[in-house]
Amino acid sequence: MASKRPKADVVIVGLGWSGALMAEELTRAGLNVVAIDRGAWQDTSTHTPPAVNPDELRWSSRKELLSPPKDNTMTFRNRLDQVAVPQRDYGILELGKGVGGAGFHWAGMAWRFNPWDFEVRTRTIERYGIERAEDGELQLQDWGVTYDELEPFYDRFERIAGISGTAGNINGEIKPGGNPYEGPRTREYPTPELKTLRMMEIFNDATRKMGHTPFTIPAANLSEPWVNPLGVAMGACSYCGFCLAYGCGNYSKSSPQACIFPALMRRPNFSVITEGCVIRVNKAEDGQTVTGVTYIDKGGREVEQPADIVCLTAFMVDNTRIMLNSEISEPYNPNTQEGVVGRNFSFQTISGAHMWFEDEQINPFVGAGALGSQIDDYNGDNFDHSDLDFIGGAGILTLSRDGLPIARAESLPEGTPRWGSDFKKAYAKYYQNYGILFNQGSSMPTRTGYLDLDPNYKDKFGVPLLRLTYDYAQNDRNMAAYTMDRAVEIAEQMGASHITPFNFAAEPFTTAKIASDHVIGGVPMGADPATSAVNPWLQSWDAHNLFVVGASAFPNNAGYNPTGTVGALAIRTARAIHERYVQNPGPLVES
Amino acid sequence: MKMNRREALRSLGALTASVTVAPYLGANEVKGFPQGTVLDEEFVPTPSHTGGLQVLNNDAHRRTLAAVFDRFIPADELGPSATQAGCIEFLDAQLAGPWGEGATMYRDTPLQPHAEELTQLPQFIATPRERYETGLEALNKWVSDNEDAEFADLAPERQDEILTGMEQGDIDLGQGVHTKAFFEMMLLSVREGYFSDPIYGGNRDMAGWKMIGFPGARYDYRLYADRTGEKLDLIPVSLIPQD
Repeated sequence: MASKRPKADVVIVGLGWSGALMAEELTRAGLNVVAIDRGAWQDTSTHTPPAVNPDELRWSSRKELLSPPKDNTMTFRNRLDQVAVPQRDYGILELGKGVGGAGFHWAGMAWRFNPWDFEVRTRTIERYGIERAEDGELQLQDWGVTYDELEPFYDRFERIAGISGTAGNINGEIKPGGNPYEGPRTREYPTPELKTLRMMEIFNDATRKMGHTPFTIPAANLSEPWVNPLGVAMGACSYCGFCLAYGCGNYSKSSPQACIFPALMRRPNFSVITEGCVIRVNKAEDGQTVTGVTYIDKGGREVEQPADIVCLTAFMVDNTRIMLNSEISEPYNPNTQEGVVGRNFSFQTISGAHMWFEDEQINPFVGAGALGSQIDDYNGDNFDHSDLDFIGGAGILTLSRDGLPIARAESLPEGTPRWGSDFKKAYAKYYQNYGILFNQGSSMPTRTGYLDLDPNYKDKFGVPLLRLTYDYAQNDRNMAAYTMDRAVEIAEQMGASHITPFNFAAEPFTTAKIASDHVIGGVPMGADPATSAVNPWLQSWDAHNLFVVGASAFPNNAGYNPTGTVGALAIRTARAIHERYVQNPGPLVES
Repeated sequence: MKMNRREALRSLGALTASVTVAPYLGANEVKGFPQGTVLDEEFVPTPSHTGGLQVLNNDAHRRTLAAVFDRFIPADELGPSATQAGCIEFLDAQLAGPWGEGATMYRDTPLQPHAEELTQLPQFIATPRERYETGLEALNKWVSDNEDAEFADLAPERQDEILTGMEQGDIDLGQGVHTKAFFEMMLLSVREGYFSDPIYGGNRDMAGWKMIGFPGARYDYRLYADRTGEKLDLIPVSLIPQD
């Protein structure tokens, strides 16, 4: 028989960025909040101080901060007629292992999505006609929230995280140095942009000559010390370069630990249950609400945590799997396009170019996880698609990071021996002469790209694994091929002696090759309950005291990293809960 | 205001099923900011074992592996060979630990016959330790079937031909061994040994880092970040003292 804990006002499932931001809002409003996280407690000084952090083998190669496939994986297939196979080793799922989730080991690129990304369907029809939005494969839908509605919450996230950058558009006025294509923001970034390192200099010069507008990527690696609105102090980034897959010993990479826990953990109306894995949300007999969640604790016992409000704030695969296991809403059926849970899986469509130079001194060990330059001239709908065979686009960026010697040994010009004395000679030279152009491309949902429960494979608790069915849409393949050609032009302008273009979308999608780790969808938001699992406030259409928060809610993916948008959505939902929902529990919008 | 919210929630809470169960207080509930300042035991790096080899005890296997490693990274004017830099000791320690045991892998059966075709990368249920054992056994058998000497005693040119054959898929070792994947695993292991922190047994004297100019476990480049395009000649540092 399951044990039962005292009832909470709110239970939060997963204490990463979404969970921590929501817990901060809700506890400040006076609610009693219990968070449940699958991982153990971890923090800067006790787990990833500078004495253990700069260690490529442990954190990059062995990925010790990531949730292992043994505990957390999924099966995958490209088509409905295939038997899905489990991803057995680390692949595109880069979930956090401990408290803080992926927010603890992320690189720190802290974007806002473009206004277009929230209204892809409407704006595509407006500009190019309905046949471009309905090509028989794509399944486009608007988010039910606009950029302008989300702006105050982006702003709040950026203040909490102390994001470093240069504004490109303040209240409609285009500012020099920033991204001229970004949606209007109300004010400048909290901290100035990071330094411009050598690879960025070469990229900036070349793209300016080509008529583009390069800018420094907004970073959660802080250029200066910052005290955030919660009173939490952060330090300045030291450009050590150990960010992606690492903790941060400097308190300079924004994370739940560095930005929120020092305030949140001191509140008497908050606690976190660690090493508890939530397996389902429990439905109430009324059929319109839920009563709490059930988790498996460290000792393998089932425990019930009752709560008046349930917030699923886990990684998108976990949010989706818990929703499917809980049988709260209709699972998506790819044959009829009916049902809502599991639909609109999207990824990121990646192409680009590897570049080598002959006499550069890149010093690639100096860097930061989010440090790089980008042009947005080929992102979203920033360019005319009338004569192109796709919608969407990619941010074309170069990076000043990743100078880590085990992984970098594979980045040698085509035809270079991979071993032997000639390998050593080539590596000794090209370690200082390698760069990348990475096209972080949008990903549009398709009718057959979806998630359900696997019929054959289970996790260690006997719960079915999530099954992913997905392949790149032809639209996205065309986009990736087009932006790859743009990257090659830039590489030539940069003066590279060797250029190797790449395009992950030229092959079928796979979970094994890490083109990106930005998986989204499964519990999509929207204004229409027929095509979305949660409403524009991320409230379940079928249980009004259940909120499902995170990248699981994105109906499509943009040519940007997702975390900024995840943060903004989480804060917006938490505000709606304590400002509106608790006074009058019920649907926040009519279905 | 706060009371109103709580009251409203209480009315919602009346819907909770009223099954009587034992109250439970989780042992892992964290309340208040944890006050401990000591480094968590699991996060302290585990230095390589110094009391002799733990896994690579089969002399015939180890002799072949050492020869392979030294063709991958030979001694030359750019630095020591893989074995001189400690790559065998490094790999032995890795095979003896969680990585060797496949501790993070999802290993439930069945392994689908079309798994590799779908994922586009080889998939295994076998652990790295098992794959090294079967791979080296198969390589030695292939050499004894096809050559007049053991692998380690062949001319370097012939060793390179065999390795190239494995790398490019022209040689199949048989014995159920995925030859290309086994080659890639050995190549990755030697790179890990040659370029990881010396605390793990390889990269002796930080020779791998010196070869490419990687400054190692440094944690602050603010003094150098503005000197873009300059050769910095930074002396590498390791997680363990070197003097």
